[in-house]
Amino acid sequence: MKTLNDSIQAIPLNHYILLCSIIFSIGVIGVLVRRNAIVIFMSIELMLNSVNLLLTAFSVYRGDATGQVFVFFIMALAAAEVAVGLAIIVMIYRNTNSIDINVLNRLKW
Amino acid sequence: MNNLIWLIPILPLAGFVINGIGRNTLSKGVIGFLGSFLVLVSFGISLAVFLQVKSTGTPINVTIYDWFAIGDFHFQFAFLIDQLSSLMLLIITGVGFLIHLYSVGYMKDDAGFGKFFSYLNLFVFFMLLLVMGSNYVIMFIGWEGVGLCSYLLIGFWYTNPAYADAAKKAFIMNRIGDLGFIFGVFLLIKYFGSTAFADVFSRAGTQPFAAAPYVLITILLFVGAVGKSAQLPLFTWLPDAMAGPTPVSALIHAATMVTAGVYMVARSNILFTLAPVTMHIVAIIGLATAVVAALIALTQTDIKKVLAYSTVSQLGYMFLGLGVGAYTGAFFHVLTHAFFKALLFLGAGSVIHACSGEQDMRNMGGLKGKLRITFITMLVGTLAISGIPPFAGFFSKDEILAHVFAASPAMYAIGVLTAMFTSFYMFRLLYLTFYGKFRGTHEQEHHLHESPPNMTVPLIVLAILSLVGGFIGIPESLGGHHWLAQYLAPVFQKSAALFTGSTLSGSTEITLMAVSVTGAIVALVYAYMKYVKNGHVPVADTAKRSPLASLSYHKFYFDEIYDTLIRKPLDWLSEFAYNYIEKLGIDGIVNGFGKGSMDASRGLRLLQSGNVGFYIFMMVVGIVSILMYLVIKF
Repeated sequence: MKTLNDSIQAIPLNHYILLCSIIFSIGVIGVLVRRNAIVIFMSIELMLNSVNLLLTAFSVYRGDATGQVFVFFIMALAAAEVAVGLAIIVMIYRNTNSIDINVLNRLKW
Repeated sequence: MNNLIWLIPILPLAGFVINGIGRNTLSKGVIGFLGSFLVLVSFGISLAVFLQVKSTGTPINVTIYDWFAIGDFHFQFAFLIDQLSSLMLLIITGVGFLIHLYSVGYMKDDAGFGKFFSYLNLFVFFMLLLVMGSNYVIMFIGWEGVGLCSYLLIGFWYTNPAYADAAKKAFIMNRIGDLGFIFGVFLLIKYFGSTAFADVFSRAGTQPFAAAPYVLITILLFVGAVGKSAQLPLFTWLPDAMAGPTPVSALIHAATMVTAGVYMVARSNILFTLAPVTMHIVAIIGLATAVVAALIALTQTDIKKVLAYSTVSQLGYMFLGLGVGAYTGAFFHVLTHAFFKALLFLGAGSVIHACSGEQDMRNMGGLKGKLRITFITMLVGTLAISGIPPFAGFFSKDEILAHVFAASPAMYAIGVLTAMFTSFYMFRLLYLTFYGKFRGTHEQEHHLHESPPNMTVPLIVLAILSLVGGFIGIPESLGGHHWLAQYLAPVFQKSAALFTGSTLSGSTEITLMAVSVTGAIVALVYAYMKYVKNGHVPVADTAKRSPLASLSYHKFYFDEIYDTLIRKPLDWLSEFAYNYIEKLGIDGIVNGFGKGSMDASRGLRLLQSGNVGFYIFMMVVGIVSILMYLVIKF
């Protein structure tokens, strides 16, 4: 029977790279152009996960599980990071009644 | 006896330690007793040692321990007690004890009583070390030590800035001389390979080298003596040393410190004899010092200042004597001078004590009746210093003058003139202080009183010594045997063998004595006419003086000249170094770093706009550029 590996390898590696690059770029652009903190946050997650996807793809193609183990670590880390990040956003909202990052311009000397 | 010798210096040192530690806890009675008694015990041992040296005629050499060794150069901590140092020991501990005894009364109301006695004991300790050392290095330890103690004691009342300055002045002037001394010792090691007196003196004259090293060594040693014994041009510290309590002045001027230079030259007599050039310099400087100091003393109004300049002048005589090869005479004068100068200073202290701290002779007068003992003893001291027979000063001074005449009649003439000045200013002091009417305030007059017995007893003892002290050196021309010259003969033996000058006949000597005594009496009578008969009182500080009197009154402007020549340029140099090198240079660089980073941060912080979007954008730009860099690189 066709294993999961085989079905993944049925698609050429270039396509994965292309997809990941696109998702990553969307994330970057999202971070740059949006002003809503939550959307920026989601864009960051997008970048993170595009990298995860790429890692998995490479891992499968090379037949080496290390990359996938890495992905698990990154996901665990991302979960922790999300908790902190969301907590910050909640605090920002409580202080400014807004989650627009341009309102948050007192972060200077 | 020999194994007790180390006790002589150790006892005053013990006094210093005990009094120093217990200065605030021990009672004044204990401190005073301990300080004086330990010196008295030292005196007792010194006397025993002296008697032993006198009867055996051989020097005592005591090695305490091997101090250090560098290669083959062994250095021993050893004492040498010969004829010269045994006499010095008697002066230092004997006169020193009397001064200690006197201080018990003089300083009884001072808060620093314990401190004072511990310093006095330390002073005596270092002076004993200087005299007893059997080599130049131990002498140098004592040499430096007395310099330190003079600093401590002159600046004893250091809360007064002028007194503290006087102490610093004494110390610095001494340092200049000490530098010469230590270089002299270095050269001794270079040329003789030893600093021990025995080695150096036995090799002197037999060394294959020419006269130049002798001249160099003796000139350097003499520079040390100039500093320590207050000769021209380093004498200005001694009159300023009057800032210390009066017993200190007596100690510095009579028993210790200033006699060190004379002692050192007398000790090294063979080196000096082998360097005739240095001898001339010594004689000329001694004579110049004697004249200049006597001229200054003529117009001073502070009782202690007059005595200070008289000390400088008398020291000049001693060096004049050394310079013409009259080592015995010079040392004789050290001896008699110790008696009468200690007497005069302690007497002056008694006067100051009676006048409630007044030191200006213009505010004294008529104390003859009130201070009977002080007056009589001071009169003895004055007669002694003026060279009136049969007082001590007459014999020693005339011995020096006789030798000077044999060397150079011109120098003799100046010497006699100086002796006349001496007689004049000393009797001027006596008349202004004790004759006429009291010129001070009513309050002071009310307080006038004779000093307590522990102050007058030293005066009486010293007066007796000033009276009979000269009899140990009655010249043959007056029918004596000059016991002192015979006693000291072994020390000066080698120099005497090399002495080339002419000796005087007995009748010439008597004529010379008659000349100087007549001179002294003329000056005495002139002083009497001026200050007692005509009741002349020196004018106030601000009054106009004739140019010559003004020159004398302002001490030949020596202080001002040193100020302009040395202090001002030094001040200017430090000012320059401070303003330009320190402030502009070093501070500029250090502050420049600080200021530069401050300015840089002030500029850079403007980048922190607080706009989060901008931050993120910059972050992305940064990451992209790093990526680009990596891509291009590979």
